[in-house]
Amino acid sequence: MAIDFNFTDEHDELRATIRAFLEAKSHEDAVRTAMASERGFDDAVWKQMAEELGLAGLIIGEEHGGAGFSYVELLIAMEEMGRALLCSPFLGTAVLSSNALMLAADETTQKDVLPGIASGEKIVSLACAEPGGRWGLEGVQMQAALSGDECSLTGTKAFVLDGHVADVLLVVARIDGGIGLFRVESDASGLRRERIPSLDLTRSLATLHFDATPARRVSAGDASAALERTLALGVAALAAEQVGGAQKCLELSVDYAKTRLQFGRPIGSYQAIKHKCADMLVEVEFAKSAAYNACFAAAEDAEDFLESAALAKSYCSEAYFHAAAETIQIHGGMGFTWEHPAHLYFKRAKASELLFGDPTHHREVLAGLVGI
Amino acid sequence: MAEQKTMSEDELRERTRALLAEVHPEKVDSVTFRRKQFDHGLAWVHFPEGHGGLGLSPKMNVVVHDEISRHSKVIHHDPPASIIGIGMGAPVVLTYGSEKMKKEMLPKIFSGEEIWCQMFSEPGAGSDVAGLAMRAERDGDDWVLNGQKVWTTVAHLSRWGMLLARTDPDVPKHDGLSYFVLDMHAPGVEVRPLYQITGEAEFNEVFLTDVRIPNELMLGKEGQGWRVAITTLMNERVAIGGGGSKKKGGGGIAQLQKLWNERKAGAHSAAQEAILRDRVTRCWIDHELLRLTSQRARAAQKAGNPGPEGSVSKLAQAEMNKRMWETAIDVLGSDGLAFEAGYELKQTAPRADTPEQLAKYQFLRSRANSIEGGTSEIMRNILGERVLGLPGEPRVDKDKAWKEVPRS
Ligand SMILES: Cc1cc2nc3c(=O)[nH]c(=O)nc-3n(C[C@H](O)[C@H](O)[C@H](O)COP(=O)(O)OP(=O)(O)OC[C@H]3O[C@@H](n4cnc5c(N)ncnc54)[C@H](O)[C@@H]3O)c2cc1C
Repeated sequence: MAIDFNFTDEHDELRATIRAFLEAKSHEDAVRTAMASERGFDDAVWKQMAEELGLAGLIIGEEHGGAGFSYVELLIAMEEMGRALLCSPFLGTAVLSSNALMLAADETTQKDVLPGIASGEKIVSLACAEPGGRWGLEGVQMQAALSGDECSLTGTKAFVLDGHVADVLLVVARIDGGIGLFRVESDASGLRRERIPSLDLTRSLATLHFDATPARRVSAGDASAALERTLALGVAALAAEQVGGAQKCLELSVDYAKTRLQFGRPIGSYQAIKHKCADMLVEVEFAKSAAYNACFAAAEDAEDFLESAALAKSYCSEAYFHAAAETIQIHGGMGFTWEHPAHLYFKRAKASELLFGDPTHHREVLAGLVGI
Repeated sequence: MAEQKTMSEDELRERTRALLAEVHPEKVDSVTFRRKQFDHGLAWVHFPEGHGGLGLSPKMNVVVHDEISRHSKVIHHDPPASIIGIGMGAPVVLTYGSEKMKKEMLPKIFSGEEIWCQMFSEPGAGSDVAGLAMRAERDGDDWVLNGQKVWTTVAHLSRWGMLLARTDPDVPKHDGLSYFVLDMHAPGVEVRPLYQITGEAEFNEVFLTDVRIPNELMLGKEGQGWRVAITTLMNERVAIGGGGSKKKGGGGIAQLQKLWNERKAGAHSAAQEAILRDRVTRCWIDHELLRLTSQRARAAQKAGNPGPEGSVSKLAQAEMNKRMWETAIDVLGSDGLAFEAGYELKQTAPRADTPEQLAKYQFLRSRANSIEGGTSEIMRNILGERVLGLPGEPRVDKDKAWKEVPRS
């Protein structure tokens, strides 16, 4: 069935509410303060997002204290957050970890953790990638050790979103010849966490070291399929965030091109600049189609969801990076300064391109899925 | 420019050895050595005798460098902060300066004792630098300057600034400009750092409030500043676009190649590796062709100041650099997510001790390559209009008095 890309009035309202909230709470000064802070985001804003807007539990079922919305609402939220360069644990906690729990964890764990996420009280990180740098499950080498009923983890997890501040860690490791999901408490013995000095200051990442760290297996059997879908859902959400960032870059560029005069004319009257803006527009529109398609496919549980997610991540990554790079160029010397926001988008764009697998990785996945 | 003399390569090598017999780079500091190098006419052999040169072809400069490196393990290169002084300050002083200025300024530019900066751009005038607004008004033997400059690289270290200001707002923009050499220590000059994408501040804002410049420090005549500025800008493009590395596979591409060869096993799939290898190879090709093209341009270049051809290398180099360092980050893959040096706001460059850190720094820094010294769009306009003779854009500012042209 063809996906209809119609947003309802409720959707538009949700978007307007989130935009207004973020304009008030994640304006440029707020972003700069948050990114320089120790935790990497503003706790008060995160609490408000959870309590006032119900965003932390947006896709969590009502039975677990969430809003029970679908990926269409999520795409709207991600797009707005990308636009505002929000610094927050949303992607790691409300998207990745919520999905991992809902798809792969046992009921006890869901009951125990999901309400805490929805209420904004718990920050939860999914730790999957390892220092080798591969994002898919094929990159997971950590092997869970079993002795009797006790389970422990040893090794390193890399690029863990908000891993330095998480209250609960969900760790992906090998067990019984398959993949399992393990719960580790933040004060567990043998756990060491370091925040990575990141290229993109607006998103915090951590490296986690485990040394015979006690863990509890929360998935049954081989959780590969569930976690693969979790990762793909993360990818689709990130693509929507990239669209929001790219759209904002386009707007910044067009506004500047209309108002900046050189040689007595707006720079946007020169085709060199006008065509850059027009090309950005085409790419942003394509990126929207890609990201919306992936998120609608997730919402409808469409059978080509994995395909759509890979397509979206590969296209949106490049569109965003290109838009951000052109934004610097169109702003001239100003675009290269610390005080102008262009560099914040540029760094977010590059880091998002690398996060969860770069475009060549996702094209390779897509090629396999569609038989190229 | 004086007529070019000829001298055999052997004789030039002999003169270089005479310099080395008097002072040896391994035994003295950079300033001491470079002062002597200047006195021997071996600073810029294409400059006239008495001004750091021997009146030879610019091609002969490499002979001097080669002879020095044959006899010394230590090379006193051009000091990094002196690139603007050496690349742009020296040629403009030589072409337009008084004998006194040449005698006093050229040796200190070459030795690195005095840093120079270029004060053209203003908040309202970048690409359209001839549209600038800083005012210079005559008062007795002095000029009094008021206004603001921006993006002034190394202004905080500089002793002298090459400055363009408006002496007549009632004529079309190019005709109302004059060119000055500004004493950066003069009262009323205020330099404030401007931080950039990497957190460092290479450049500054400079505010001038009733700053006095003696008339004798004007280069060229009143109202001829644009012609003088063109000399500076053409030299800037050569200094910036100046032609890639000297050696095949050297310079930036060597860094990228090293990153590639030492990449982490397993960080990319076999299919990704094939794509990355092709991208690295494309960068290598661009790098090599830039080197060869510059070599060809140098061979064709007669003595004197460069023409619009400088824009070919400037454009190619800027775009290539950005691509090259983007490729480097993609080679690093996920490790590109970390920026180990951090973003401390300060006036020096962040630490870049390893090839990875260098690549990450360059990934950010290279974004300026297509902006500084004339943007890539402006370079394409120059190539299209001045080199290929294509018709220009309709001009709204051409024959109007400067003060009547709209500005942002
Ligand atoms: C790192 C760095 C160091 C610098 N150092 C110095 C220095 O030491 N001294 C100094 O004087 N200046 C310096 N500059 C300034 C530099 O020369 C200017 O930034 C540059 O000329 C562009 O001007 P602008 O920033 O005002 O951009 P603008 O001129 O406003 O350009 C904005 C955009 O419009 C485009 N554009 C403008 N006009 C046209 C046109 N006619 N056709 C098509 N496109 C057009 C540009 O290409 C650009 O994309 C430096 C800049 C940087 C980034």
